[in-house]
Amino acid sequence: MREELHRFFRAARGAGVRVSPAESIDAMKAVADVGFAERGILRDTLLLTLAKSQEEKQALGDCFDLFFSQPEVPEEAAPADAEDSKGGDAAPNENERGAPGAPAPELGELAQMLMSRDRNAIAAAMAAASNAAALSDIRYFTQRGIFSSRILEQLGIERLRDDLDALMATSPGDAERLAAALEALRENVREVVNQALVLYGREETENLRNEILRNAPLARLERRQVEQMKALIRAIARRLRERYSKPRKRQRRGHLDTRKTLRRNAAWGGVPFLTSWKRRHRDRPKIVAICDVSGSVAQVSDFFLLLIHSLHEVVDDVRSFAFSGHLIEVSNILDTKSPEEAMSEIMSKVGFGSSDYGGSFVDFEKNFLRSVTPKTTVIVLGDARTNNLDPRADILRTISERSKRLVWLNPEGRMAWGWGDSEMPRYGAFCTVVRQCSTAKQLERAVSDIVAAYQ
Amino acid sequence: MNTQLPADSIEAVTRGLASAGYIASKQIATAVYLAEKIEKPILVEGPAGVGKTELAKALAAWRGMKMIRMQCYEGLDEAKALYEWKYAKQLLYTQILKDKLGEVLGGADTLAAALGKLHDFGDVFFSKEFVEPRPLLQALEQANGCVLLVDEIDKSDAEFESLLLEILSDYQVSIPELGTVTAIVKPTVILTSNGERDLSDALKRRCLHLHIGFPEQKLEERIVESRVPGISATLRKQIVGFINQVRALDLKKLPSVSETIDWARVLVLLQSSELDHETVKDTLNVLLKYEADIETTIPQVSSFVAKSGRQGVFG
Repeated sequence: MREELHRFFRAARGAGVRVSPAESIDAMKAVADVGFAERGILRDTLLLTLAKSQEEKQALGDCFDLFFSQPEVPEEAAPADAEDSKGGDAAPNENERGAPGAPAPELGELAQMLMSRDRNAIAAAMAAASNAAALSDIRYFTQRGIFSSRILEQLGIERLRDDLDALMATSPGDAERLAAALEALRENVREVVNQALVLYGREETENLRNEILRNAPLARLERRQVEQMKALIRAIARRLRERYSKPRKRQRRGHLDTRKTLRRNAAWGGVPFLTSWKRRHRDRPKIVAICDVSGSVAQVSDFFLLLIHSLHEVVDDVRSFAFSGHLIEVSNILDTKSPEEAMSEIMSKVGFGSSDYGGSFVDFEKNFLRSVTPKTTVIVLGDARTNNLDPRADILRTISERSKRLVWLNPEGRMAWGWGDSEMPRYGAFCTVVRQCSTAKQLERAVSDIVAAYQ
Repeated sequence: MNTQLPADSIEAVTRGLASAGYIASKQIATAVYLAEKIEKPILVEGPAGVGKTELAKALAAWRGMKMIRMQCYEGLDEAKALYEWKYAKQLLYTQILKDKLGEVLGGADTLAAALGKLHDFGDVFFSKEFVEPRPLLQALEQANGCVLLVDEIDKSDAEFESLLLEILSDYQVSIPELGTVTAIVKPTVILTSNGERDLSDALKRRCLHLHIGFPEQKLEERIVESRVPGISATLRKQIVGFINQVRALDLKKLPSVSETIDWARVLVLLQSSELDHETVKDTLNVLLKYEADIETTIPQVSSFVAKSGRQGVFG
């Protein structure tokens, strides 16, 4: 049973619950106390000792159910067998069974097991083989093939093939039955490997998929990836929140905190051996985001706005503006509506035209320039392709002078900047930073840097 | 009752807590049982008003132990949580003992000799006499054991969490001038958190993690029954049924168990024998704490009352 628990811990880690050695020791102790008799209590116990948050409890509960409902490896063989025993007393079946009932001794172990349909023996062999193949080490879905073949090898598939060839010559009927049994066995092994993957590899599989997704260009996502990407963006937002929402204290030498110092030194009759210093007041970021939502960059803007607006805890104040032909404020839409609705509303209002940077900057200067203060970071997201209209870089200069920082995120590769109708070099002159931002990873880094600048 | 030994079964814990007026779900009972068995603190999380603090009180009442409560808040530090030197007393004593100084140093001719004599006196002023124990230290010094409740730990600073680690894992604290103080009897520690911020992994690792959510309907009825004795069974069913429907709405603050109990008390005071539309509307402010929430709920009241009425008949 101890062995079983250890495997469960591994499965728990696979499900994304971090189980440290100390916690596993606690769990062991606790389980030793409550015993295995009652499953509900065992479940509660493991949940109490291992999981440390509500999500982890959920994940671990699912994992527990999966793990302990997991049949003694291939009980999938059971249905076939059950059918067999149901109709098994019927004469023809019995006959068929009777003939190879005592399999020819020259057959290999596996062939004998399959021929005699010894379910328990097969189950045991399968369990032993999965152990020998270290099935619990499976991490990625790409490893399914190799683990399946390893298990089959352990089961003795080589020998079985020889037997099959031999039988083919002597008694084709048996050979056919054996071949069918082998097919069923393969099916079982696949099943076992899949289940193991779900148990032990979920986390890693997801990590791998996310890693691929993080580096995929946002503008060219497939439809099915969009949903996953949204989930990923939410995860990124959570990570950023956790990193930056904790108030960080930093001491600044310069201003003495008299009250604190006196109190601290009361022990020495007020002689200030230890000094206390005033803490620096930390600004929370104020962000003005100006996003191009014309055709080519719409997708990226979409994700960017989603990210920025899910950072409430970290960012004090966000005002977002969207433009293509002209510019409107979209903060309200984003704050009150669900992301999908908000995006479609924004798109219907300004989206999908050809972009006019100059005109949009004029709109911004006229109506919203007041929102830019010396504490604000202004982020412009766009490809700077002005369709050969007047770029009005002078307005960008004004914005730059008024703000704390001006960051330009460009979804296009650096190579393309300045080619064709791209005005990036002219705009770039007034920006504190210009960076490429076409994948989720770059997006995360860009936003992280912006927020970090305030810490 | 009042045994110092850990309870020998989960059922015993359930019964014990019930005797103190706390109806525990299976998870809660298991957590308390395990906490005593493997001597680990319990970290209780959950929405406000589901009985996190109440658990500690009930546990203390059942065990007949003292409960020491430490309310956490921003800026809580060592001096308020652990111990502080009694500065005033130290100063006063030095003043009083000034005259003695001459006697003590009487024989010494040189400065070095006087210093040596002073050293012989040891650190009288930094001894147990001058320590003002704060909750954490008090908890360790209880000869009969106690229940230490660290309430709303999520409100304290991250530094304070680190301070707790030594107590939570080894039941001891180190005071530089005195050495290490170890618990006489290991206290039962309960930490509560509303999840305002994430606690550090180090802290979580040392605790059993218990999440108390809103109770199931049956359990909540039993809780109301034990807390509001004068209430009729029909009304009880209706109240709990009604509240469970309110919890399904999108509200700013969902009513929790404490609100259920308050509401039940109010209805008993108003001597209503069953829920009706008017009473509910008038007393909704006991249940919901935001104007917006009340506005969302009011249009639904009639249908909720009807539904919970039916439950009262058939359930």
